[in-house]
Amino acid sequence: MVDRLLKDDAIQEKGERARMASFIGAMAIADLVKTTLGPKGMDKILQSTGRGRSVTVTNDGATILKSLHIDNPAAKVLVDISKVQDDEVGDGTTSVVVLAGELLREAEKLVNMKIHPMTIIAGFRMAAECARNALLLKAMDNKEDSDKFRSDLMNIAMTTLSSKILSQDKEYFADLAVDAVLRLKGSTNLEAIQILKKPGGSLKDSFLDEGFILDKKIGLGQPKRIENAKILVANTAMDTDKVKIYGARVRVDSMAKVAEIEAAEKQKMRKKVQKIIGHGINCFINRQLIYNFPEELFADAGILAIEHADFEGIERLALVTGGDIASTFDNPESVKLGHCKVIEEIMIGEDRLIHFSGVQMGQACTIVLRGASEHVLDEAERSLHDALCVLSQTVNDTRVLHGGGWPEMVMAKEVDELARKTPGKKSHAIEAFSRALQAIPTIIADNAGLDSADLISQLRAEHHKEQSTAGIDVISGGVGDMKELGISESFKVKQAVLLSATEAVEMILRVDEIVTCAPRRREDRM
Amino acid sequence: MALAFDEYGRPFIILREQEKKSRLRGLDAQKANVAAGKAVARILRTSLGPKGMDKMLQSPDGDVTITNDGATILEQMDVDNQIAKLMVELSRSQDYEIGDGTTGVVVMAGALLEQAEKLLERGIHPIRIAEGYELASRIAFDHLEHISQKFEFTATNIEPLVQTCMTTLSSKIVHRCKRALAEIAVKAVLAVADLERKDVNLDLIKVEGKVGGKLEDTELVYGIIVDKDMSHPQMPKMIEDAKIAILTCPFEPPKPKTKHKVDIDTVEKFQLLREQEQKYFDEMVQKCKDVGATLVICQWGFDDEANHLLMHRNLPAVRWVGGVELELIAIATGGRIVPRFQELSPEKLGKAGLVREKSFGTTKDRMLYIEKCANSRAVTIFIRGGNKMMIEETKRSLHDALCVARNLIRNNSIVYGGGSAEISCSVAVEAAADRYPGVEQYAIRSFADALDAIPLALAENSGLLPIDTLTAVKSQQVKESNPYCGIDCNDVGTNDMKEQDVFETLIGKQQQILLSTQVVKMILKIDDVISPSEF
Repeated sequence: MVDRLLKDDAIQEKGERARMASFIGAMAIADLVKTTLGPKGMDKILQSTGRGRSVTVTNDGATILKSLHIDNPAAKVLVDISKVQDDEVGDGTTSVVVLAGELLREAEKLVNMKIHPMTIIAGFRMAAECARNALLLKAMDNKEDSDKFRSDLMNIAMTTLSSKILSQDKEYFADLAVDAVLRLKGSTNLEAIQILKKPGGSLKDSFLDEGFILDKKIGLGQPKRIENAKILVANTAMDTDKVKIYGARVRVDSMAKVAEIEAAEKQKMRKKVQKIIGHGINCFINRQLIYNFPEELFADAGILAIEHADFEGIERLALVTGGDIASTFDNPESVKLGHCKVIEEIMIGEDRLIHFSGVQMGQACTIVLRGASEHVLDEAERSLHDALCVLSQTVNDTRVLHGGGWPEMVMAKEVDELARKTPGKKSHAIEAFSRALQAIPTIIADNAGLDSADLISQLRAEHHKEQSTAGIDVISGGVGDMKELGISESFKVKQAVLLSATEAVEMILRVDEIVTCAPRRREDRM
Repeated sequence: MALAFDEYGRPFIILREQEKKSRLRGLDAQKANVAAGKAVARILRTSLGPKGMDKMLQSPDGDVTITNDGATILEQMDVDNQIAKLMVELSRSQDYEIGDGTTGVVVMAGALLEQAEKLLERGIHPIRIAEGYELASRIAFDHLEHISQKFEFTATNIEPLVQTCMTTLSSKIVHRCKRALAEIAVKAVLAVADLERKDVNLDLIKVEGKVGGKLEDTELVYGIIVDKDMSHPQMPKMIEDAKIAILTCPFEPPKPKTKHKVDIDTVEKFQLLREQEQKYFDEMVQKCKDVGATLVICQWGFDDEANHLLMHRNLPAVRWVGGVELELIAIATGGRIVPRFQELSPEKLGKAGLVREKSFGTTKDRMLYIEKCANSRAVTIFIRGGNKMMIEETKRSLHDALCVARNLIRNNSIVYGGGSAEISCSVAVEAAADRYPGVEQYAIRSFADALDAIPLALAENSGLLPIDTLTAVKSQQVKESNPYCGIDCNDVGTNDMKEQDVFETLIGKQQQILLSTQVVKMILKIDDVISPSEF
């Protein structure tokens, strides 16, 4: 008998067992998020193990998977692709996992039929390529026509939002999102869109603001409204300036000296403030704290001083007002100041905020979300973020597809065609791919409580005609014309879903052995 | 455990804490060792060849790696058995020396051990087996030399090189775009190769990965990519004809190594110190500016004030760049790494035609591209892929391909793959065996059998009937005296590897045989294993 090769607690699984373990793990994950797919998808409650047991309610696939602690290595692959999908295109995080899960489910059947995984992979590869080409062929591009393009964007935004908490007011929010993204004029820099959450009111009260809103208060005794503001954005210590030379320390031997040094410090601060004022500004925004003394000095000079804007806030402010972020103030002539038309204090709900309007960079805007509770707001923010991501990607890659299971059916049809033409065992795998694609509209229908078997067969028949635009109309519960219903999806998202799901499945299928190392022992803190 | 007793029947204590140690001796020890070695080889056996499967490895921290690279699998497996560790070492040394064939070398060693076990059972002394193996490996080594072919390529005709790299890549998950990746690998190697001296410094090729996009988006950049962005968000994102100051000193007031204190006890001193500090920052930035730098790359951080001054003087800067990257940048741009501001001078600056920042995806990921460098001898391969594991695996595969290309530049002899070289060696060793009298003859014959293990595993992994295929190919080789017949793994329809364009490097194959023989010899020589027993 062989001695143990591996360390204690390490687990080694081989061949069939390894494959089973990864299939089951991956499918379990896919089943977990499956019910959130589509406009009638349900939400999940996630409770964190951390202190406070904070609760998140969401149906965003990436968010759900991110918060799970998973032990199964194959499941981790799926979590990873969902995360990447989120980073790359922002939406379709659930679809990618569900598609991968369905592909694996089909692959399992094939493996049980004694088809070698490598053959299955070869088939899947061919099928994915064929499906992609089908999508490419059917994608619509309305880049030339700006009106049509806008309506495309609206449709995409509404489709994305319809599966989220914002579905009640999806038109309203789609409009918000499209406006915000179009202001970016093609850049994917979502930083310029600020999302501000304020509990209270209803979701309907959310609005898009053309300026920039900073969640800060204006210092006491300082002007509440400034027109034609000249803004200096700074990152500098406005408490006492530490001496940065290493090893310096203050050593005094009498009270009088303490007072002297204090006076010198004050003098230094006063000089600094004067230098800042010397820039000819009427608004000063600092990333760090501003102490009472300089604040008072600013107030005296009639300058609005805002302290403690967080770093992102500062960057965004500098971006939108077009000013530099300054840390030294000796050369006022070369520091670029930011400008905006009006700075004023506004009230949203109970809170007072600072509103910058008429900023230099027209691209920036703020979306203020209102809602009944923190959870609603968080989920709304996630949904809106998804929509914004998809839209900004669509602006760059203007190709658009119909939604409601239409692309899947189109791909399935083409892939089926391919299966018929391909000789050899690969054709089984190709056929399986098409079945997995059809599973997505099936799940959408199931989640909506519809008779999926009936619907899918109708849909398939419908798609046998040329140029069909049929898809599942969840609202009426039948097969509908997606073109008329205006349900659209971004080509880029669908393509990413298809490719990364296939890639992940390929990886999992190729595995024939799993070695799990002994978990690192945690030191007991108890 | 055997104990020695004195005349009163008390045991002698020879080893410290003797009772607590477990001990294995003689034939038992050898058998146990052989079994352990075989077990390791068995794990890797299914990963061999273009249709080989992958292994999924979960590290102690829960990270998942999926790979079929032998060296990586063994390294991550965290084995506990001593002999198994030797096998891990074996594949690692193949990785360091050659970079490819890490799976094959372990499978080969496993097969040799398996054969040795049979001989041991017949009562042949291990040392005789080891000697026989040694003789046989010599024969195989020379035979490889004999069947190898020189193969010509030039800087303009890279096709043969690409073909070889494709053979290496075809067994990996990146199979799908092996052509593109092979071309990238070859171009990268040729860019840094010194064709005169026939040497390639692989350190000059940086492989950088970023999740997202498709595998097809992987590109070769003639320059350096650094996963950093400009220190100040408002610095220019693109610099043309950059003159780069490469610094290893922070933009901060100096910290003398000797301990010191600066006492402030009067107002004057306080102000003086303050002025001094300001002057210090000012001087640092001015120095960079004076020598004509248009970009500062620094290994350390900047103080906020320095950062602003840099921005103010229109001097873009990058901070927290790692030491290795810094060196690469220095090589690529022809600059010198400057440890002190005082030593900055115009001739120490690096030059690059274009430096730009590029952002990816919806998150705020940015990377810095330094291109069109003065010295184009440093390149970066930038990998994109669906997920993290994919990128890691692509990195490993590319590393293999790079190594193969390098080996070919060093020594342009090749042998044909698909197991053809092993089969041919096996035939040659088998034939030579009869010329040796004595027990060694048996060992040499066993060696020939062991050589068959690789084509057998190849055929098995490709779903062919192993024995049928092997015997068919072998008889074909002998009949046609064509040493290029191998296993047709991809169902192309021909057995001739020359037609299929499946090559491997000669030194890679030779090294495999030498290394595996050495390790097996070492394992066979062990006849006593003493290990502290578990509590």
